[in-house]
Amino acid sequence: MSLLGAPEVNKEGEFIVNIGPQHPSTHGVLHLKVWLDGEIIQKMEPHLGYIHRSIEKMSESLSYRNFIFATSRMDYLSAHINNQACALAVEKGLQIEAPPRAQAIRILLGELTRLSSHQLWWGCMGLDLGAVSPFFYAFRERELIMDIMEETCGARLTQNFMVPGGTMYDIHPNFQKRVKESLVKIKESFKEYDELLTGNVIFEGRTKGVGYLSAEDAISFGCTGPTARGSGVSSDIRKWFPYDGFEKIEFDEILDNGGDCYARYKVRMLEMKQSVRIIEQLIDNIPEGDYQAKTKNVIKLPKGEFYQRVETARGELGVYIVSDGAASPYRIKYRSPNFSNLSALEKMCTGAKIGDLVAIMATVDLVIPDVDR
Amino acid sequence: MSLLLDIGFAVWAHSLHEKIASMISNPTAAQVLEMVIAGVCLLLFLVPLCFFLGYMERKVAAFMQMRLGPNRVGPKGTLQIVADTVKLLMKEGLTPNSADKFLFNLAPLIVVITSMLVLAPIAFAKDFQLWDTNIGVLYVSSISSLSVIGILMAGWSSNNKYSLLGAMRSGAQIVSYELSIGLSLISIVILSGSLKMSDIIASQADGWWIVKGHIPAIISFIIFIVASTAEINRAPFDLAEAEQELTAGFHTEYSGMKFAMFLLAEYINLFVVSAMAATLFLGGWMPLHIGHVEWFNHAMDFIPSSLWFFGKTFFVIFIIMQFRWTFPRLRVDQLLNLEWKYLLPISMFNILLMTFIAIMHWYL
Repeated sequence: MSLLGAPEVNKEGEFIVNIGPQHPSTHGVLHLKVWLDGEIIQKMEPHLGYIHRSIEKMSESLSYRNFIFATSRMDYLSAHINNQACALAVEKGLQIEAPPRAQAIRILLGELTRLSSHQLWWGCMGLDLGAVSPFFYAFRERELIMDIMEETCGARLTQNFMVPGGTMYDIHPNFQKRVKESLVKIKESFKEYDELLTGNVIFEGRTKGVGYLSAEDAISFGCTGPTARGSGVSSDIRKWFPYDGFEKIEFDEILDNGGDCYARYKVRMLEMKQSVRIIEQLIDNIPEGDYQAKTKNVIKLPKGEFYQRVETARGELGVYIVSDGAASPYRIKYRSPNFSNLSALEKMCTGAKIGDLVAIMATVDLVIPDVDR
Repeated sequence: MSLLLDIGFAVWAHSLHEKIASMISNPTAAQVLEMVIAGVCLLLFLVPLCFFLGYMERKVAAFMQMRLGPNRVGPKGTLQIVADTVKLLMKEGLTPNSADKFLFNLAPLIVVITSMLVLAPIAFAKDFQLWDTNIGVLYVSSISSLSVIGILMAGWSSNNKYSLLGAMRSGAQIVSYELSIGLSLISIVILSGSLKMSDIIASQADGWWIVKGHIPAIISFIIFIVASTAEINRAPFDLAEAEQELTAGFHTEYSGMKFAMFLLAEYINLFVVSAMAATLFLGGWMPLHIGHVEWFNHAMDFIPSSLWFFGKTFFVIFIIMQFRWTFPRLRVDQLLNLEWKYLLPISMFNILLMTFIAIMHWYL
């Protein structure tokens, strides 16, 4: 929008609307430049960088213990899993493995994080489509998980609980009891979620056949996580490259060949149930023992390159460490799931309407600080 | 209390009429003066009504979302809406530099005035009606469709792309849903044989049309509720405002009291369509009567007529408010599909059915 009564349309007769960086449904400072023909989107260009904090560069001057905690601020909804990825990468360099108890705690907290992230997504999904109530229902159960996190980790959102070699502390004595209590409520809430949104005629009309992404496109754009699995691309890192003992746990990778918003929605809804299944397997079987492996006070990785990938709530997060043998990394590179998922947005949106753009952004579940880092 | 008010209103209105007639000899001037006084009274009634509707909306939302809602300002938060109004009054009424200033400032007035005009032929209680014109239904449907002019004006003059998109959506929406509303109104006009509000209410003395008119009346009641929800731009048909898509749609650039005008108009419109639904389908101020069960009818008659009217109206308002907090929003093409592919054909068929029933005198 240009100043002082300039015409609405530019020289070429194009109608351009800037959605964001401040906009209710971009969930952050994403700026989408949209070329419109009436309501229909002709072209879309994401403009990034509004929340770039140079976490990668910053990490080069931090020690191997400290750089982990900057990653909590990348994808803040799965902070735990980001921390876990970094801790695992450092462990790979040190050639140690976390003790069994630490691994179990990591998986438990990771799945709780995934659950809470998907709950928030479900609330925002409803909100973006214009139904305000789901948001409050989603937060009711999310609060339970946040309270568990607060008790064990001391923080609700950016937990910073994973350290190289295990976890920072042992779990709180109430942890198991509270998780089991919460799971009962959370499982009941899934039925309510379905009643409120899933079967709704308007909701199905808004999501079915909207924002189609073929399996080939999902692969070529590098989509991962539920975005890719909604197009039928098997991409669950927990299955393909198990870490922290995921190979011993029984769970299903949810795949849906629909490729539209509704398929992505269903994948996430079912993933929540799988997370509950994982937690239920582990909650009574946390091995006894140390929660942290012995590491030196100052961690120095041997010269070389180390790569670790994990499955966050949004897809594959890769941590690439280049070490020159010093006490801080020579170079850190994160392969963040949201950046790749965002790149597929234009493909999904072209030809859709403005209302669809909001629905598509909701099902891709973008977290903008993870795009910019 | 309410009964006393009922009688009080009628007596007071009558004495006022006599007094003005005796003071001014010219009958036209007397009527103009009477109308002005009535209009001022209506305005005074609207302000607390809108306060109450705003409070009710928040409490209904809170009830549906497991929250408490406003509970700080005043007893049970009842003064919250007053505080909000004071805030809006004190805010600067900003006019953007690049806006068409005249139209920009005129638009909220048009929207509010049209919604207030529609209140004229509505009977609030027995013998309490401002203007019992013989084209009551036609008047309501024609005046209420004027609000689209104000909305288009607001969207165009703001010189904002979101506003323009919102206004265009709203134009398409109101023009199309006007048809369904008109057709469902006509179905009741066919049954009662009059466009006059008092006749329509009188024809429901032995039973409300929604009961007497069989299935066609129920269908047209549902169509009326759906279409009027769309007509007044409320969720799930609030595409003109579509917070998540167009930030605030046609009133993106409005602030302060000018914004409050749109809000005021929204609540008056909500009241008007609910009052119309109550008048046409649920018998207006007529008490609930069941055939010849005399003792029951007598007991129902004891409840004051204004209570019946407002009870029915707020029942419909409650239903429409629940829509807002339950359903996701439709997309613009789905909205038009719903009207042109479903509601319009159904209401046309419904009218044929209704005419047939009316001719055969099948209604009770």
